[in-house]
Amino acid sequence: MYEVSELRKGLKIEIDGAPYEITDFTFAKPGKGQAIYRCKLRNLVTGSTQDKTYRSGDKVDQPSLAQRDLIYSYQDAEHYVFMEKETYEQIMVEADVLKEQHYFLIEDMEVKVLFFNDKAIEVSLPNFIEKRVVETEPGARGDTATNVNKPAKLDNGYEIPVPIFINEGDIIRIDTRDGSYNGRVNS
Amino acid sequence: MAASIPDRPIVNGCAANNAPLAPFADVLQARHRLLQAIRAFFCARDYLEVETPVRIPRPALEDHIDAEPSGDCYLRTSPELHMKRLLASGYPRIFQLGPCFRKGERGARHHPEYSMLEWYRAGADYQDILEETVELVRHAAQAVIGTALLPGTTGPIDVAGEWPLLSVRAAFVRYAGWDPVTECDPQRFDLDLMDRVEPALPTDRPTVLIDYPAYLGALARRKPDAPELAERWELYLDGLEIANAYSELIDSVEQRARFQVCAEGRAARGQAVYGVDEAFLSALEHMPSAGGIALGVDRLLMVLTGRRDLDEVLPFRNDN
Repeated sequence: MYEVSELRKGLKIEIDGAPYEITDFTFAKPGKGQAIYRCKLRNLVTGSTQDKTYRSGDKVDQPSLAQRDLIYSYQDAEHYVFMEKETYEQIMVEADVLKEQHYFLIEDMEVKVLFFNDKAIEVSLPNFIEKRVVETEPGARGDTATNVNKPAKLDNGYEIPVPIFINEGDIIRIDTRDGSYNGRVNS
Repeated sequence: MAASIPDRPIVNGCAANNAPLAPFADVLQARHRLLQAIRAFFCARDYLEVETPVRIPRPALEDHIDAEPSGDCYLRTSPELHMKRLLASGYPRIFQLGPCFRKGERGARHHPEYSMLEWYRAGADYQDILEETVELVRHAAQAVIGTALLPGTTGPIDVAGEWPLLSVRAAFVRYAGWDPVTECDPQRFDLDLMDRVEPALPTDRPTVLIDYPAYLGALARRKPDAPELAERWELYLDGLEIANAYSELIDSVEQRARFQVCAEGRAARGQAVYGVDEAFLSALEHMPSAGGIALGVDRLLMVLTGRRDLDEVLPFRNDN
């Protein structure tokens, strides 16, 4: 249980059996009156958002959350399979937990997986990964403009806007948090 | 938009010029001028400046104010009880500037440690204290920003003009649609005060909410001709609560009974219950009738300088 006075932005709480993250938080209180804690919440499983107001004295459930460091192994029909480094235990994560993130999985990549009551609900990838461009229009030689983009494709089919000077076979750095191009790795 | 603070000679040393305190150079100057102005104001009126203990064994019992423990004592939430003991022992005009602490209060308008100004005057009531407050705020505005027009959110706040008084009953009937004097509902009162009444208050001049339901005046005297009301007012500037004043309750029997009700309420809600300050209660038996007030200095500084967040006037905060 959390005391309502412990609530703050970023804290994870549980309401009616579902885990939420507090995405915004305001404290209000008349000098002699009761404190009001207004929260904006994001459901960590469904992603839906809602507002909730607590008063002083309220108690808030603490979700049973655990974070584990795992290694990405391989993909089967409906799951992505991760492995515990020391024990070789295999952990299946459903595809819809990863959503777009699956494009950025690389074999043996170290990730952090958040579990709610032993079910994986969130996978955190390294912020940057490197991938090879397998398909893009040839760029104009010597054109190093960075403000003009063109589409490029990775070996897994992910499409990403890249600067004109990127060529097929180039390795690029990608920001996994928003899936954007971050820079060219080779020359 | 932050108020431009008039260009005056830098006092007491150089303005900070290195990060991260550089953004506070203006407010440090403004705070200095505000503190000087407050002291000059009260000294000119023959007040005695006092200091009372910060670390105390028995903080005042209030329904919704929690004290920060400090070893086997607590940090004061207000100097009220000690200042009344001074009143009772023959000091008729006293003021104090200093830190107060309230556990768990943190937000854009709250910081768990803040500067409070309290003053008490024997023979005065809450109306007299209001007159003095009007003069103090006008004096402080001239001293700190050189004008009576404070930089409000929606335009200037003119502190030189009339200060409208709005009874709590009228404000609630008008903006929240119910009468908190006949209907006792403290929980609904707090919510509607924040959600309906405060946002509707005029912002082009100071507003005084006056005559609270008796159940919301812990240490205030009841109105002699209307005992369902407490002689209490609160000052709002730009919708922000700045000060709380009472005609002080001097009936030690009634005060003890109110503490008892408060202690039972706190126990029922699982809050810490502080011991009754017997020295205060026995002093109350000799205390002259008096008016008193607590004013948030950091908040006044915020409004004087057009800041919107308390953090903008506090160079040092508890969480950085």
